[in-house]
Amino acid sequence: MPEGGRVATAEGAAAPAGAPEQATLGAPAGAGPWRLAWRRLRRNRATLVFGGVFVALVLFCIAAPLYAKHVAHTGPYENHLSDTIEQDGETVNVVGFDGVPIGPTWRGEFLLGADDNGRDVMVRILYGGRNSLLIGVSAALITLMLSILLGLVAGYMRGRVDGVISRMMDVLWAFPVVLLGVALGTSLALGGFELGPVSVGPGSLLIPIFVISIVYVPYMARPVRGQVLILREQDFVEAARSQGAGPLRVMFAEILPNLASTMIVFFPLLIANAILLEAALSFLGAGVQSPEPSWGTMIDSGVERIITAPMLTIAPGVFLVATVLALNVFGDGVRDAFDPKGRVRMEH
Amino acid sequence: MLRFAVRRLISAVLVLFAVSVLTFLIFNVIPAGDPAVRMAGKVPTKPQVEAIREEWGFDDPIYVQYGTMMKKLFTGDTVSYFTQLNVVDEIIKGAPRTFALAIGAAVLSLLFGVILGVYGARHAGQWSDRAITLLAVLGLSLPVFWLGALMNHYLGFELGIFPNGGYVEFGESPTGWFWHLMLPWIALSFLFVGFYSRVLRSDILETENEDFVRTARAKGLTEKQVMNRHVLRNSLVPIITLWGLDFGFILGGGAILTEAVFNLQGVGQYAAESIEQLDQPVIMAVTLFGAFFIVLLNAVVDIVYAALDPRIRLEDARAP
Amino acid sequence: MSAPLLSVEDLRVSFRTEEGVLQAVDGLSLELAAGEILAIVGESGCGKSVTAMSLMGLTRGANTKIEGRVKLGERDLVGASESELLGVRGAEIAMIFQNPMTSLDPVYRVGEQIAEQIRAHEDVSAEAARERSIELLGRVGIPHAESRVDAYPHEFSGGMRQRVMIAMALSCSPRVLIADEPTTALDVTIQAQILERVMELRREENAGVILITHDLGVVAEVADRVAVMYAGRIVEQGTLDQIFYDPGHPYTWGLLGSVTRLDRDRAGALPSIAGAPPSLIAPPQGCHFRPRCPHARGRCEQVPPLEQRDPKAAGHLDRCWLDLEAKRSLRQVEGGIGLAPAAEAQA
Ligand SMILES: Nc1ncnc2c1ncn2[C@@H]1O[C@H](COP(=O)(O)OP(=O)(O)OP(=O)(O)O)[C@@H](O)[C@H]1O
Ligand SMILES: [Mg+2]
Repeated sequence: MPEGGRVATAEGAAAPAGAPEQATLGAPAGAGPWRLAWRRLRRNRATLVFGGVFVALVLFCIAAPLYAKHVAHTGPYENHLSDTIEQDGETVNVVGFDGVPIGPTWRGEFLLGADDNGRDVMVRILYGGRNSLLIGVSAALITLMLSILLGLVAGYMRGRVDGVISRMMDVLWAFPVVLLGVALGTSLALGGFELGPVSVGPGSLLIPIFVISIVYVPYMARPVRGQVLILREQDFVEAARSQGAGPLRVMFAEILPNLASTMIVFFPLLIANAILLEAALSFLGAGVQSPEPSWGTMIDSGVERIITAPMLTIAPGVFLVATVLALNVFGDGVRDAFDPKGRVRMEH
Repeated sequence: MLRFAVRRLISAVLVLFAVSVLTFLIFNVIPAGDPAVRMAGKVPTKPQVEAIREEWGFDDPIYVQYGTMMKKLFTGDTVSYFTQLNVVDEIIKGAPRTFALAIGAAVLSLLFGVILGVYGARHAGQWSDRAITLLAVLGLSLPVFWLGALMNHYLGFELGIFPNGGYVEFGESPTGWFWHLMLPWIALSFLFVGFYSRVLRSDILETENEDFVRTARAKGLTEKQVMNRHVLRNSLVPIITLWGLDFGFILGGGAILTEAVFNLQGVGQYAAESIEQLDQPVIMAVTLFGAFFIVLLNAVVDIVYAALDPRIRLEDARAP
Repeated sequence: MSAPLLSVEDLRVSFRTEEGVLQAVDGLSLELAAGEILAIVGESGCGKSVTAMSLMGLTRGANTKIEGRVKLGERDLVGASESELLGVRGAEIAMIFQNPMTSLDPVYRVGEQIAEQIRAHEDVSAEAARERSIELLGRVGIPHAESRVDAYPHEFSGGMRQRVMIAMALSCSPRVLIADEPTTALDVTIQAQILERVMELRREENAGVILITHDLGVVAEVADRVAVMYAGRIVEQGTLDQIFYDPGHPYTWGLLGSVTRLDRDRAGALPSIAGAPPSLIAPPQGCHFRPRCPHARGRCEQVPPLEQRDPKAAGHLDRCWLDLEAKRSLRQVEGGIGLAPAAEAQA
C-alpha cells in the first residue's frame, strides 16, 4: 500500500514469522483442513458478499467494450471536445467554452460526465479498471511466484544461498516502497527496456507490472522462507530425503504443496496492494502512461480539475476503493478460514 | 552490547552502500539514451551537455562514474542541473516539514491505533468491533492521495475549515503550522491507524489465550491489571516495533504521496519531483536520505525490541 | 468428616465451539475437606483441567456456560460476581497449572510475578513482598533465591518454573490448592521433590489439595481420596484403598490394569485401554464408557447414577449398572492389581 510502504496486510512483524501450526502445516494437505477452511469460508457472510462485489467489478470491467458500444456509444479514447448532447431538453456542450466538462448525466451517455477531452468518464473507468485489474492480478501472480521461489530456495538451502537472497531482500527493504516503484517506473518508462529477446516499449503495461511485482517480493519471500525453514525439518521431508529424493524434488514435490494455503491466503491481499501501488505510481506519473487509462492516472488528471469537476476525482477513486476494500475484506476472510490462528503473516 | 552495535553499524553501512549502487544502476544503466543529455534538463545546449559529460565522467567505466557521483554527494556541493539549487540545502529546507509530518502522524496513528485495537479486542465479535474492523480495512484501502485530494477540496476549499494545502513555518505562526499539518496528519494516520488497530486487536486476542494470562487471572488480579500488565504489555511489543519502522520510513521522506497531495514541500515531495525530472544528483541524495532513516530506525527498533522482550538477546535480534 | 472446605454440586461446563456445543463437565459433584488430598484421575481430555479452572471461575467467557454450585464454605462461587472472585483467586484457592513452560509471563522477573500476587491480596510494601518472594523461592527449593528472584522465566528450567508456580500458589497461604498435573513433563526426581512441597503445604497450612494427574503411581503415594473422571463425569470415587483394592467401575479396572502393563519410568504416560474416549460434542447416550466397555448391555443406554454400591463402604460411589457381585467376579477376569478381597481392604 503505497504510502505506508509496508504491505498493508502485514500483521505483526518483528517477531519471527510465528511457527506455523503443526496441524495445518505439518501434514501434507489432506482433505480435512481444506474442507474445514471451505466450511469456515462459506459461513462467513461478509467474506462472500465482498468476494461477490469483487467478482462483479471484474466482470463489469471485462464487459467494458459492450458497455462502450451499446450503452455509452463511445470509446475510451474518443474525444468529444466540440460535441453537444441533449440534457433536460437543452443542448449543452460536452466540454464548455471555459474548458469545464459536463458533470454526470445519470443516463447511458456520459453517465458520470466527461473529462477534459470530452471523453466519457464511465467508459474510461471501465477500461481503466481493466488495466488496473490486469496489472494488479499479474503483478500479484509474479510476486507470488518469485517469492515462493526465493523463499523456498533460501529456506531449503540455507547457508550461503540463504545469506545472499536474504541480504538482497534487506536492500530492497531499505528502499521506501513508493520511491523504489517510482524510480524504477520512471526510469523504465523513459526508454522501455530489453529483456533478452523481449523488448518492451516505454508505454507498455508490462513496466508497471514488472515494477510492482519486484517491489513486493521481500514482503512475501520472508514469511515463506520462515515457513520453509520449519517445514524442511519435518518428518515427511526427512522421509522423502531418505528415499533418495534430490533437493529439487523435495522442494517442489514435498514442500511446495504445503505452501498452498499460504499462497491462497496471500493472493487476494497481494492483488489489493498491487492495485493500490499501481494507482500511486500512476498518480506520480510513473505507472500507466497516457492515453491508456487506469484508475490512478484518472485520479491524477482529475485532481487538477477537482474544483470545477470533482467527479473526475471521485468516480475513479470510488471504483478503486471499492475494489481494494472488497479484496481486503475477502482476503481477511480467506485468511481467517485457512489460517485462523493468524500464524502465517505477511512480514514487515 | 558493543559487539552488537558494531555489527549492526557495519551491516547498516553495507545496506546503504547497496542502496546507493542499486539507485545508481536504476538511473544510469536501465534507461536508454545519453545520461548527459538527460541530466542537462529539458532544453540542453550542446556545450552544457559536453560540460556535464566531462564533469560526471560519463565516458568513464561505470564504477568510476559511481565513485564520482558518491564523491560529489559527500562533499555536499552537488547541484541540481534542473533548478541549479544545492541539493543539500534543499534537503535541509525540506527536512523540518517532513519531520513535522512524520512526528504528528506517528503520534496520532499510535494513539488511535492502540485505542481502537484495544477496544476492538475487548468487544471482539460485537457489532462495534465489526464496525471498527471494517473501518480499519477501509483505512488500508483508501489511497492517501485520493483521500487527501478530497479532504483538501471539501474541508479546505469548499468549507474553508482548513487551508487548502501548503505549509507554514512553525516560527512564523505556530497555529498556522498546526492548522496546515492537520489534514496531512489525519490523512496519513488513517492508513496506519487501520493497520495498527488490526495488528493489535489480533495480538491481544492471541495473547489472551496464553497460559500466563490465565495465571495472572488465577492470582486474583483485576481484569484491568491483567489487561494492562500482562496482555497489553506483551501485545504492544510487535506494534511498537512496526511503529518504529514506519516512523523511520516517513522521517526519510517515504510519505511521498501525502507530501505531494498536500504540497508540503518536504523531502518526499522533493524526491517525487526529482524523479519526474530524472534529476539524478537529487535522486541519489534523497534515496540515501530515506534509506538512512529506514536503516537507522531498524537498528533502533532492534534495540528497543530487545529491551521490551527479555528473551531476546541483542546478539540474535532480528536480522538487519 | 466435618463440614467440607469445598463442595461442588452438579457442576456443568459447556463451550460453544465451531463444531457444536462441547460438554466438558457434565454434572460433577465432589467434596474436599481441609487437610485432605483428593486426586482426580482420568484420560487426557476428560475435563479435569476444565473442572479445576471452573472452580475459581477461570473458564468464564462469552462462549462458556457454567451451571451448578461450587461452595467454598458458605459462599457459592459459580454465581459469584467477578469482583467477589478476585478475593478468592490466589488467596483462598490457588492453582498450579499444567504447563510450567508457558504459565509465567516472559517479560517479568519471577520475583515480580510472585510479589504481584502477594500485593494483590495484602497491603504490603514492594520490599516486603520481595522479601517474601525470596523466602518462598527458598522454601520451594530454588538455590540462591536472593539472586534468582531477579531472573526471567526463560532463564529457568521447566522444573524450576514449576517451583516458581508453587511458590506463587503458596504465597497467600490458600485454603485450597489445585495442582493440575504439577509433575507431568518433569523428570522423576524433580517430580518427587515437587510432590514433597505439595504435601508440605497440606501439613503446614492444613490446606485441602486437589491433585490432578494421569499418574496412578503418584496417586497411590499421596492421595487420601480419589475421583475417577471419564468424558466429563465422575465415574467412581472413594478412598484410596477403596479405589485401589475394590474398584467398582470397568473404566477404573482398565486404568488400574494398565498400570501393571506400563513400565514405571514412563509413569505419566497415558494408560492404555482399548479404544478412544468419546467426543464431548456428541457423546454416546447413557454411560459414556459404553462403547469401550466389554460388559455393556442394554441398560447402559441409561446413565447410571453415581451411587454407593457396597453398603459397608461409606463414601465409595460408582457409576455402573453392574451389581456388586458381578463387579467383583468380572473384575477378576480383567487381571491387574488390587484384587485383594474387599474385606481385607477394610481391615
Ligand atoms: N476454552 C475451551 N473452549 C472449548 N473447548 C475447550 C476449552 N477448554 C477445554 N476444552 C475442551 O474440553 C475438553 C476437556 O479439556 P481438559 O483440558 O479439561 O482436559 P484434561 O482432562 O485436563 O486433559 P489433559 O490431561 O490433556 O490435561 C477437551 O475436549 C478440550 O478440548
Ligand atoms: Mg488438563
